[in-house]
Formats: sequence, C-alpha cells, structure tokens
Amino acid sequence: MKRFWKKLAEMLVTLLGVTFLTFCLSVLAPGDPAAMVLEAGDHIVSEELLAETRHEMGLDQPFLVQYGRWLGGVAHGDLGLSYSAKKPVAEKLMEGSTGTFFLAAVTVCFMLIISLPLGIWSAVHRNRWPDYLVRVGSFIGVSMPNFWLGLILLYVFGLKLGLFPITSSSVTAKGVVLPALTLAIYQSAKYVRQVRTVILDELHQDYVVGARARGISERRILYLHILPNALLPLITLLGMSIGWLLGGVAVIEVVFSWPGIGNMAVHAITMRDYPLVEGFVLWIAIVYMVINALVDLSYAYLDPRLRRTLGKGGGN
Amino acid sequence: MSETLKGMVEALRTHRLFAVYTALVALIVLLAIFAPYLAPQDPMEGDMKNVLQTPSAAHWLGTDKLGRDTFSRIVAGTQVSLFMTLCLVLLVAVVGSVVGIVSGYFGGKVERVLMRFADMMLAFPGVVLAIAIAGILGGSVINTILALLAVAWAKYARLVRSLVVKIRNRDFILAAEVNGTRTRDILWRHILPNVLPMVVITGAMDIGTMMMEIAGLSFLGFGAQPPTPEWGLMLNEGRQYIQTAPWLMVYPGAAIFLVVTVFNLWGDSLRDVLDPRQD
Repeated sequence: MKRFWKKLAEMLVTLLGVTFLTFCLSVLAPGDPAAMVLEAGDHIVSEELLAETRHEMGLDQPFLVQYGRWLGGVAHGDLGLSYSAKKPVAEKLMEGSTGTFFLAAVTVCFMLIISLPLGIWSAVHRNRWPDYLVRVGSFIGVSMPNFWLGLILLYVFGLKLGLFPITSSSVTAKGVVLPALTLAIYQSAKYVRQVRTVILDELHQDYVVGARARGISERRILYLHILPNALLPLITLLGMSIGWLLGGVAVIEVVFSWPGIGNMAVHAITMRDYPLVEGFVLWIAIVYMVINALVDLSYAYLDPRLRRTLGKGGGN
Repeated sequence: MSETLKGMVEALRTHRLFAVYTALVALIVLLAIFAPYLAPQDPMEGDMKNVLQTPSAAHWLGTDKLGRDTFSRIVAGTQVSLFMTLCLVLLVAVVGSVVGIVSGYFGGKVERVLMRFADMMLAFPGVVLAIAIAGILGGSVINTILALLAVAWAKYARLVRSLVVKIRNRDFILAAEVNGTRTRDILWRHILPNVLPMVVITGAMDIGTMMMEIAGLSFLGFGAQPPTPEWGLMLNEGRQYIQTAPWLMVYPGAAIFLVVTVFNLWGDSLRDVLDPRQD
C-alpha cells in the first residue's frame, strides 16, 4: 500500500512537471493566440478588440496565475476551451482518443501476429537461416523511417492497387489497416528481437533439459512449458512498447490523415491552440502512466512468486 | 579518452566488418562535407519551366514543384541531416555525462534533484514532448535539436550516474581524494575515462534513431523550414504530390533509410568491438 501511494505521488510530480514545461513554452513561444483566434474570422483586427480578446482568454494575467487557473480547472475536470474548435478541450480529446485507441489496439494485434511466431521461429532455429532471415528483417525494420514506410504502403496499396482508402475522415475498419500495419511493422522489428531473446533464455533452462530427457516432444515443450514461462517478460516488454506507440502514433496519423489524437495535436500546435496542446500532453502522460502501472500490476498478478511476497509484504 | 580512441583504431585492423562499416560512415561524412561540390545542380535554384519532371538523364531523380533537382537536394540534404544529428548526439552525450557525473560523484541533494528530473523525463513518451516543444517554439533547425535534447539527455544521465556510482568508492578514486587531487582533476582524469566508452557506444548506437526523429519532426513541419534541403522536409513536400510525382517521396526516404542503416550497423559493431562483455 505504501508503494502504491509513493507511485501515485511520483506520477503526480511527473504530470505537474511535464504540464508546467509545456505551459512555460507556450508563454515563451512566438505568436499571439488571441490574434490567431480573431484572424481565423478573416476580418481586420483592431487593437482594442485584440486587447479585449486577450483579457477574455486570460492572456493578460501573469504567467503563474494562468498556470494556477489551468491547474484549478483540471482539478475540477475542466481542461478549458479549445481556441480553434471553440469546443471544450475534453470533448476534443475524447473524439480523438477513440480513433487513436482503436488504431493502437489493431496495431498491437498485428504486432503480436507478426512478431510472436517469427521470434519463436528465430529462437528455435538459432544461428541457422530462419534466424538470420528474421534478424536481417528486424534490422531493416528498425532502420526504416516509419513515415516513409507509411507513404510507400499508401502509394502501393492505396493509390496503385486501390485496396484501401488513402485518407480517413472517420474511424473505419478499412481505413485502420494501413496505418496499423505501418506502426506494427516498426514495432515488430523491435519486439521480435525481444521475443527471440526471451525464448532463448527459457530454452536453456533446466526444466527444458528435464522435459527433453523425459522424452516429451519438442513441440509440446515449446507450447506447454516454454511459452507460459516466457509470457511474463513478454508482457512487460509489450507494455513498454505501447508507450512508444502512443508517441510514434502522431506522425503516422498525419500520414494517413487518421482522425486520432496525434493528428489533432499536430493541428493544434500549428494553430497555436495551447489549451488543446496542454490537454493533449496531460492526457497522453496519464494514459502512458496508467498503462505502465497496469503492466507492473499484471506482472505481480501473473507471477505466483511475486504474488506471495506481495501478500506477505502487504502487512506493513 | 585516448584509450577509447586507441581501441577504435586498433579494432579497424582486427575487426574486418567494423572496418567496412567505418569506411561506409566515412564515405557518408565525406559526402556531407563536400556536398556543395558534389551536387550536379544548385539544390536551391528553381526552374519553373521544368517542374515535377520524371527522373531522366538531365535530372536523375526528377525535379520538385519548383523545378529543383531532387538528386542535388538529396546530396545537399546529407550535410543538413548529418550536421543536425551529430550536433544532437554530441550535445545529448555531453549534457547527459555532466549531469550523470555530477550527481553520481557528489550524491546528496544534487543527485536527488537531478535524478528526479531525469526520471520525470523518462516517465513520459519522449516523442510527444519533442513534438510539443519543437512545435510550440516554432520550426527551425536549432529548435528541433533543443526539443530532442530536452527529452534525450535523461537516458544518458541515468546511465552515466549508474556507472559513476559503481566506481565512486573504488580504491583509485579514494586514493586520489586522499592525495588531495583537485576535484576537477578527479572528475576529468579518473571518472570520465571510465564512463566514456559506454557513452560513446550508446551515442553511436543512437545516431540512427536520432536521425529518424529529426527527420520525423521536419516531416511534421516542426523542424527545418523550406527551402532547406532536409530529407524529412522533402518527404513532407513530396507527400502532396504522391499521385503525380511519387519520386519526390521515394528517394528522400530511401536516403534516410540508407544512412540510418549504415549508422545502425556501425553502432552495433562498435559496441561489439569496444564492449566484449556482451555476447
């Protein structure tokens, strides 16, 4: 329990720090959000109107007051109003999150489908041609800029073959395939190495030797003995790669015009829509930390040894 | 410091693969340095009569929307990309090492504050913050480097600190302290040489990733600005012509891929050469 509170406190500190940093930047940045808001209307802006709008938006307040106000709002679940969309930030974030979470979920499925069999195949045939093939493929995958890969897939499967839409204005099952595949290829290139290492570690354990000595078939050893044991580290590594996914998703969403949170954030930054950018940074930070915490918890839950020590430790 | 360098020179003779990769890296560096002389045409000069030309003998990789020669722009882009990447890696390594050495050697409150700060940066997806920083500050070469520096130093600081803590109380450090060696000299002559190999290895292995991140920010419009011949930016510009002029997005991306591959191969083999403890 003590650990839980400590963890929670650390999370709060991180959230404060990251949002404060973004806030500082938005104040230092060139460009006047009030002017951006007014100029969007396409008429000539008078100095008085500008001052009035600044006042309405609270931009004439001292910096710390602005940040304090924002924090106060967040504590009440109010993330402010998006300048560009004239909608509550929370609403915009929810709109974008549906798309991004769907994309992330499909990506993780693709990634597991690609990397688990390849990683196991490579480990079982260590230092023979399947292993070399997978390793070379993985190397190419990590060296390839994913936005370039995305453009190529878009060109080949979207434009030339016409199999998938080239832009998605809404979240559709057909539209998600190419962006998810792009992200999954890059993610798999990293994950497949980790799968290989984990399986190799298990292959050399005593219980595998024991099982072989008892004449249990290789296939049975792999599926019933090694895989369950490899599951734990694989889940942790998967959790870590989801964090990367949340960061890398923005570029790919832009490439495929996918209606997700990353695409929205890039537009928000271009429009100097700072409340939306702030909200985005805060939201991503929370999601990322919750996923990490869940991974930690699942680890403790899935490993009976850890569960026992946790049970004992729970008393103090 | 010279030890690390000597090890690398020695490895050139004993490890054939490392020598090959180093030669490739050297080739890219030379290409970057002499890019202005090697580009067949002026990468900045437009020719409105020859816009969006398909690849031909006159324009090997075609021309862009302003009639500029794509091949020349890619060659010139080597300089921009490599310069930005090397600056970034160097800055990250220096900042990370200084923070790591200071917090590892002095400990106490300094360490707690600095490491808390580093943990904060590590507990957050770096790319998101880099996009926010570079975007808000406004796209430029310097802001891109600053944004990525702000998110990347923490990893190095953590690494260096852990190395320093390991040797902090070894006899040779304690002996130097008892001798009355100046702190500056202890840090410079005894601590630094011990952490340098790991920093060099990590830095070399990160060159490829950082190059991709820089290109990614430029691709989003938060990096180098037009008319700079930067690969990520060229991809961004080419993207609008994906239907009519696909060569504009194929070749700059291929250039990034190629150079990143070479640096990744070099980085991996440098690790094998300098750090024989790993398998």
